[in-house]
Amino acid sequence: MQTAPILAQDVDSPATLATLLEGHGYLADEGLATAGFLGLRMRRPLFLEGGAGVGKTALAKTLALVLGAPLIRLQCYEGLDAAQALYDWDFPRQLLHLRAAEAAGISDVARLEAEIYDRRFLIARPLLQALETRCVLLIDEVDRADDEFEAFLLEVLSDFTISIPELGTIHAEEPPVVVVTSNRTREVHDALKRRCLYHWLEHPSYDREVAIIRRRLPDVAERLARQVAAAAQGLRAEDLLKPPGVAESLDWTEALVALGVRELDPETAAVTLGAVLKYREDQQKVVAKGLASLLNGG
Amino acid sequence: MRDVTATLVGFARTLRAAGVGADAQRLQTMVRALDHLDVLDPSDVYWAGRLTLCADPDDLTRYDRCFAAYFAGETPRPGRRQPPPVVIMQSAAMPSEGTQSGESSDVRVTMASATEVLRNRDVARLSAAERAEVHRLIALLAASAAQRRSRRFAPATSGRLDPHRTIRAVLQRGGEISRLHHRTHTHRPRRVVLLVDVSGSMAPYADALLRFAHAVVRSAPRSTEVFSIGTRLTRLTLDLRHRDSDTAMTAVSVAIPDWSGGTRLGEELKEFLDRFGQRGLARGAVVVIASDGWERGDAALLGEQMVRLRRLAHRVVWANPHKARPGYEPLTAGMAAALPAVDDFVEGHSLGALERLAEVIGRA
Repeated sequence: MQTAPILAQDVDSPATLATLLEGHGYLADEGLATAGFLGLRMRRPLFLEGGAGVGKTALAKTLALVLGAPLIRLQCYEGLDAAQALYDWDFPRQLLHLRAAEAAGISDVARLEAEIYDRRFLIARPLLQALETRCVLLIDEVDRADDEFEAFLLEVLSDFTISIPELGTIHAEEPPVVVVTSNRTREVHDALKRRCLYHWLEHPSYDREVAIIRRRLPDVAERLARQVAAAAQGLRAEDLLKPPGVAESLDWTEALVALGVRELDPETAAVTLGAVLKYREDQQKVVAKGLASLLNGG
Repeated sequence: MRDVTATLVGFARTLRAAGVGADAQRLQTMVRALDHLDVLDPSDVYWAGRLTLCADPDDLTRYDRCFAAYFAGETPRPGRRQPPPVVIMQSAAMPSEGTQSGESSDVRVTMASATEVLRNRDVARLSAAERAEVHRLIALLAASAAQRRSRRFAPATSGRLDPHRTIRAVLQRGGEISRLHHRTHTHRPRRVVLLVDVSGSMAPYADALLRFAHAVVRSAPRSTEVFSIGTRLTRLTLDLRHRDSDTAMTAVSVAIPDWSGGTRLGEELKEFLDRFGQRGLARGAVVVIASDGWERGDAALLGEQMVRLRRLAHRVVWANPHKARPGYEPLTAGMAAALPAVDDFVEGHSLGALERLAEVIGRA
C-alpha cells in the first residue's frame, strides 16, 4: 500500500472504517465498526471483552495497519508495575555519567542532578512510548494485571499525561488510539470501564465466519471454508472447556490447506483436531460424540 | 424527536430500573457519541447507547430488552422499588437434628484432657459449661490473615538494588560510589471478609462462628470485614471491634435483625457484591462464607454470584458445619451450585474445625 496514511479524522462513518478494515482482511460487523469509529472520533479507549480468539487483538493490529501507525503493545501480567509499564531511569548510564563527571572534576551537585535526570536517561516503557508517538496502543489482557495497575492505567488513560517527579509532566500531543482487551478472568474496575467504550465481541455468525476465512486465506476452496465454519459453529454449541474462536478456525483451515485437503471428512478432521481444540478433554468429548455427526449435522 | 436529551434521560432511567448502571456520566458520553452519528438512525442510537451505557455482558440482554421496549413506545414504567421480599420463615422441622446418637464422649471427658475432647465436639451438642469453655478458647484463636506482597518498596539492608537511592547518594558525594542501597517489597495483610449465615438451620453454630469472626477482627482489625447473611445483609465489622467478646456478641445480637430466619443466600451474596464486594472489599481478599448452603431461593442465582465472587476474590473458603457429619455430601441445591467456585471447602462445627479454618485463612 503506497497510499498516504489515513488520519483518524478522515474516517467519516462506521461504514468507512469497516471498508478500511476489510481492506486489511478484517471483517467488522456494524457494532464493532461503530465502536472503532467512535473510539477514533471521541478519542476514547475501546474496551473489548469476549472469549479468546474472537478477534480482539487482531482489531488493534488491523487498526494500526489502517492508520499506518506503529502498534505498541503492552501485554499485562500479574505483578506488572510502573517501572515496566510507564518508564524507568537508566541506572547504569546515570552512574557512568556521574563517574565521568567526577573524573572531569565537576562537583556541582545541582548541575549534576539536572544532567542525570534528563530525558535521555529515561527509558520509555510502552505507555510512555505511546504518548510520545502517533500510534495504536494495545493493552492486552488487562484482567491479568493486578488492580493496583488499573489505578495508574486509569490515570494515563483519563488525560493522556504521565508525571515524572524529576522531570515534569509528559503530555501526548496526539492521544494514541487505545484498545484494551480483557478475557474476563477477573472483574475490571468500573472506573476504568467508564473511561472507555465497552464492546462485547461475539463469535461471528456462520456466513461471516465463511467470509472471514475466505478473506484471510484466499487459496481456500469455498466448500472447505464452509465446512470448517460449520464445524466450528457446531463445536461452539457443545459444552467445551475452550470453544474455538475465529483464530482457531483459521488455524484449522490453514492446517488443512497445508495437508492439501480439499474436503473435510472425519479422518482428516481427526488428525487435525489439535488445531481447533486445545484441551484433551474437549477432543475426547468431540471424538466420543462422533466426528461424522459434527461434520454432517449443524 | 421532540427533545433528544429528554428522551435519552428517560431511556437511561428505564435501564437503571432494569439493573444496568447507566448513570449521568455514562449518559453524557452517549450524547457525545451521538454527535458523531445519526440520531435519527435507530441502529446508530442502539450502538451509541450499548457502547457507552453497558459495562458487562450481563448488561447486554437487559439493554436489548429495554431498547426494544422503550423505543417501540411502550415505555415500561420504571417500578419505584422492587416489591418487598417475601421472607420464608424456616419451620422447626428443618434438617433433622438430634436424631443421631451423641458420641460416646461422656466417659472420655474424665480421662483425656477436657480441652482435647472439647476440641472435636460439635458445638451444637455442648452443655452450657462446655460451651462457655469453648467460647473462651475461640476468643484466644489468632486467625492472622495471610500476608500479600505489596507493590510498594521499602529500604532494606539486602535485596534488590535501589537505583534511585543509590544515584542520590552518589550525587551527594560528587560522583563517588560509596555504597549500594537496597530495597525490598513491603508486605500487607490480605483482607479477610467473613459472611456468616445466621438463618434458622445455622442457629446452633452461628454463635460460635460469630465468636470466631470476633477473634479474626481482634487479630487484624484494619483488614477484616464481617457480615451476617440470612434474609438481610448486615455489616457487623464495627460491632465486633469491642475488645471483650461478650460485649461484642451483645452488640452483634442487637445489630442482626434476622436471627434464625430463612435463607436467601444468592440474593444476599448479590447484595454484598453489589454494595461492597465489587467496589473493592472483595477484591484480592480471602472471602469466607460460613453457611450450610441451605438455599430457599434460586440456587442458580447463588451459583452465578459465586462465580462473580470467585473472579473478584483471591480465595473463596466455604465453611459448612454440616460437612463433619458422617456420610455428608453437598447435595443441597445451594451447596452444589456454589461448590465449583469454592477453593477450600472446610468444616466449622467444632473448636478444632475453627482452628483449621484459621489455618486455611492464614495460608491463603
